[in-house]
Amino acid sequence: MRINISRKNINDSFVAKIQELSGQNLLACYQCGKCSAGCPAVSDMDLLPNQIIRYAQLGLKEELLNSKSIWVCASCMTCNVRCPRGIKIAEVIEAIRQILLRKRKDHIDPERLPQDIRCQVPPIALISSFRKFTS
Amino acid sequence: MKLIYYPGCTLKNQAKNFEESGLCALTKLGVEVQELERWNCCGTVFSLVTDDLIHHLAPIRVLIRTKEAPADSVMTMCAMCFNTLKRANERVRADQEALSTLNDLMYEEETKYQGDVEIYHLLEILKDKIGFETIKQKATHPLQGLKVASYYGCYLVRPREIGIDDPENPQILDELMASLGATVIDFPYKTECCGAYKTVDNPEIVAERTYQILNSARELGAEVVVVSCPLCAFNLDTRQKEALKLFPEFQTIPILYFTQLLALALNCPEEKIRLDLNYIDPKPILKSKALI
Ligand code: SF4
Ligand code: SF4
Repeated sequence: MRINISRKNINDSFVAKIQELSGQNLLACYQCGKCSAGCPAVSDMDLLPNQIIRYAQLGLKEELLNSKSIWVCASCMTCNVRCPRGIKIAEVIEAIRQILLRKRKDHIDPERLPQDIRCQVPPIALISSFRKFTS
Repeated sequence: MKLIYYPGCTLKNQAKNFEESGLCALTKLGVEVQELERWNCCGTVFSLVTDDLIHHLAPIRVLIRTKEAPADSVMTMCAMCFNTLKRANERVRADQEALSTLNDLMYEEETKYQGDVEIYHLLEILKDKIGFETIKQKATHPLQGLKVASYYGCYLVRPREIGIDDPENPQILDELMASLGATVIDFPYKTECCGAYKTVDNPEIVAERTYQILNSARELGAEVVVVSCPLCAFNLDTRQKEALKLFPEFQTIPILYFTQLLALALNCPEEKIRLDLNYIDPKPILKSKALI
């Protein structure tokens, strides 16, 4: 895979927005990979948690906004409690989701959920998934 | 002791077995429980982005209702409600500006919130206010010979500030189970996420995790798994059906709320333990141990 690194991307307002929304200093990450080592969702991810942080440092906006991983992460907080640099990775991922959701790019459409899912799952599942995946 | 109790939505729906067994156990332990009046949904998840104040409104409103009870603390059994209420509380305690914005948004409320309510999970009440030693003495029907693995999941123990136990190696459920006379089974997947709300848009992920988590517990000898979260319960219990489709060799295992085993050991009547609401039937294993 080819990645273009440019000063323009790094200084883009997208990076500043992620830092602002997540409250995290992205440059604190030294890419040890511990977040990805413990993440239960990596087998379903296209970008690993440490890669998400690296891509965010570099302002690789399209790659992040199109990544499957941001919708696979369930904010389980395992990475957060383990990061030796105290970075809240789950917050960074939530910030990226929010950037999309605030443009009304919802990940799920409640009306299109299969009937059996809608009837079967408890309110706690429906509400949390709507909170995380819809605007 | 008197407690103000916040049930949350799911304990009034699919998790009736959680609520009824928990309330019955508390009565047996001599605790008077009063349900919070006019409570609302807490929102289930704590908003993680800095500028999203509006989603803290629901949990803070619950704390306003608590003040109006009147009380200075509220107890919940649901791990997700506990996490959301507690984190929202810590958030506004650390940020006066956010707190006053929220109070302004709720200008129609007569009571102002000032960060002056404490939130307790039922497990904290059992451990710190009642004491596992007292519970052990009151457990007239100990869970002799039952091998129990405690599954903590995410929101009961993470992030660290939640403060109920060590986020990497929690023990509180195991200690409770030991005080009830059960044989405690430790297993490496006890804090691994079950997939949570992915159960709505991708049940397959949850079925795979269910398989992994429960297989590990069973291989280490567990006969049942206890949980403190109605979303974990739904996933680990009902998604065993999907796990069986993906992995035909999978052996199912009953999932119980910790309150159901507590109620059992305290000799609560079966109609309060509601084993009929658990998807994988726990009755055969409990009968084989002469516990029901
Ligand atoms: S654990 Fe922390 S420092 Fe290590 S790669 Fe992940 S975010 Fe970076
Ligand atoms: S919060 Fe998300 S990225 Fe972090 S460990 Fe959990 S699923 Fe993985």
